[in-house]
Amino acid sequence: MAIAETTRAQMREVLDRYPRKRSALMPLLHLVQADEGFITPEGVTLVAELVELTEAEVTAVSSFYTMYLKRQSGRVRVGVCINSLCAVLGGDEIWDALVDHCGTGNNQTTDDGAVTLERIECQAACTHAPVMTANWEFLDDMTVEKAKQVVDDARAGRPIQSTRGPAVRSFADAERTIVGVDDGLVADGDHRDDRILAGLRLAQQNGDAERSAEAERRGAQTVKGN
Amino acid sequence: MPLTPVLSAHWDEADSYTLDGYRRHGGYDALALAFAKQPDDVIQLVKDSGLRGRGGAGFPTGMKWGFVPQGDGKPHYLVVNADESEPGACKDVPLMLANPHSLVEGVVIASYAIRANHAFIYIRGEVPHAIRRVASAVREAYAAGLLGQNILGSGFDLEVTVHAGAGAYICGEETALLDSLEGFRGQPRLKPPFPAVAGLYASPTVVNNVETIASVPSIVTNGADWYTSYGSEKSPGVKLFAVSGHVERPGIFEAPMGTTMRELLEWAGGMRKGHRLKFWVPGGSSVPLLTEEHLDVPYTYEDIAAAGSMLGTGTPMVFDETTSVTRAVTRWLEFYKHESCGKCTPCREGTYWLVDLLRRLESGVGSDDDITRINEVSAQIAGRSFCALGDAAATPFPGAMKYFADEIALGTHTAASDLYDPVAATVLAGVNA
Ligand SMILES: Cc1cc2nc3c(=O)[nH]c(=O)nc-3n(C[C@H](O)[C@H](O)[C@H](O)COP(=O)(O)O)c2cc1C
Ligand code: SF4
Ligand code: FES
Repeated sequence: MAIAETTRAQMREVLDRYPRKRSALMPLLHLVQADEGFITPEGVTLVAELVELTEAEVTAVSSFYTMYLKRQSGRVRVGVCINSLCAVLGGDEIWDALVDHCGTGNNQTTDDGAVTLERIECQAACTHAPVMTANWEFLDDMTVEKAKQVVDDARAGRPIQSTRGPAVRSFADAERTIVGVDDGLVADGDHRDDRILAGLRLAQQNGDAERSAEAERRGAQTVKGN
Repeated sequence: MPLTPVLSAHWDEADSYTLDGYRRHGGYDALALAFAKQPDDVIQLVKDSGLRGRGGAGFPTGMKWGFVPQGDGKPHYLVVNADESEPGACKDVPLMLANPHSLVEGVVIASYAIRANHAFIYIRGEVPHAIRRVASAVREAYAAGLLGQNILGSGFDLEVTVHAGAGAYICGEETALLDSLEGFRGQPRLKPPFPAVAGLYASPTVVNNVETIASVPSIVTNGADWYTSYGSEKSPGVKLFAVSGHVERPGIFEAPMGTTMRELLEWAGGMRKGHRLKFWVPGGSSVPLLTEEHLDVPYTYEDIAAAGSMLGTGTPMVFDETTSVTRAVTRWLEFYKHESCGKCTPCREGTYWLVDLLRRLESGVGSDDDITRINEVSAQIAGRSFCALGDAAATPFPGAMKYFADEIALGTHTAASDLYDPVAATVLAGVNA
């Protein structure tokens, strides 16, 4: 498969962001995956040309990072956080259930090509444990039932709504978002849930929020008056 | 202790992540105040505030900025560490989702202070929604003349590049991050030279955590005295605490330094019903665990250290009596083994051996010799590794041994899953416990 002209244009735009070409290597590899699904020899050749390295040098870098894949994934990469906190709170049970449900193991794809299961590490979302991801969008507060539903929806081609994020998109689209391409979805998915607002809500109830705002304003006036 | 929402004060507004939402509450006012000062005076202000790095090590921020040589003719860089991958840490990603402009404003002020004209925000690759929100904030800031050439007529120019990682915990280590940003494998560099002298492209570079940089605008607006009115002399200010685990209401609580775990636990609704605290980890898996007897230790760098642990990221993970400490520690070691960059032998080989030995204990086929060997291997990694990941890997087991030696010894004959029913530890609805 050839790398599309639109992707090549995005690659040139990415190169412009850095004082030195080689710094663009990581986003360029993400863009290779957006087009090809994984790090293909053709992608390596193109990136090597763009950043003026040898193919071996590019491969040495890509092989270091777990997000750069060695083979094609299913349409939805479904991750289950199995780091200690999530594992203990239910991630291990969810993982076992999904392995059963899908008949696949880690980094393997269901027969219909729909889902690749992946054991993932802490996603900076422990307050929402057990945590999963679908093409890297958050699936918070998961249960075995919800996890199976995600997989069933993915296999049936039904939409999957992330928590704190937009509806789950293709792996290719996710890779473009990761390199900063504007996908128009910044407003999708509310960051405001009971975990994120726990402290603020409590402070508002206690009157702490007003007190600290008041203190801030007084401080501000002193500084501005200087 | 009261709660003190500063960074999180407006997270309950739907558009808190937009430029309009940020400006509604005085956003970017600090920038004009900073531009009215000399860069060195901004550094002095941050020194006076006593702000310490929120990425884990707690290094004084103003001092770090002051290490950047000035008038050296080289370009300077600011690099924001938004790699948040430490197990248990979950504060920077929510901040970037809810309030990315506080980060962008902090980036401009910090860059002005250290005289950098190009800043990078290195975000872990696995959080597209955070990348979306930060990238959008940066675009909005460019469009409003808050980034780019001659910002607000100050004569100061700044380019900001949002850069995504690709799934390597070690890239949170600041020198590995710089290698990664230069397009290499993310492996740590020898220190010294420190990044402030020879960092990105061998030029003076400040690397700071997201929360550190996002705290700067409020300090500029409200003054160093306001900041030091919170917390202790050595650990001033307020911070985002994120409480996770077996509590009734996990979540984010912004409060003064010096808040205790007992207070955080109370805000989080206490332990889940019918259960009691077994252990808690104050700041990511890389710091030693603590127990009930430490609930009244103030959350300051010095007090948590005196209690035998570290403040780290200030994001406590809380576990109740249903949890097997052997299982939790083994899983953390599996993480360190997976994330070891392989550059130095003690860490690469040591984590391999630790996982092997710990798995034996977890499955109940360990021996007393194994426990001795784990302690020995941990001691060989600690202080002998090239970077702090090695030290981190050598931390959980000795930490757990200090309080749970008897339980760990049961792994010589009984599997952890027989001692502690894993289902009872879950919070899953519909799984019968
Ligand atoms: C293995 C390892 C991972 C780290 N991960 C992070 C991280 O994700 N975010 C962060 O800010 N600091 C992380 N650090 C600490 C950084 O090396 C550095 O101290 C910090 O970014 C400095 O910023 P601060 O002074 O504002 O805290 C990590 C350190 C190590 C050894
Ligand atoms: S301690 Fe571990 S992570 Fe750090 S340089 Fe050595 S092998 Fe790499
Ligand atoms: S341990 Fe799963 S998100 Fe942190």
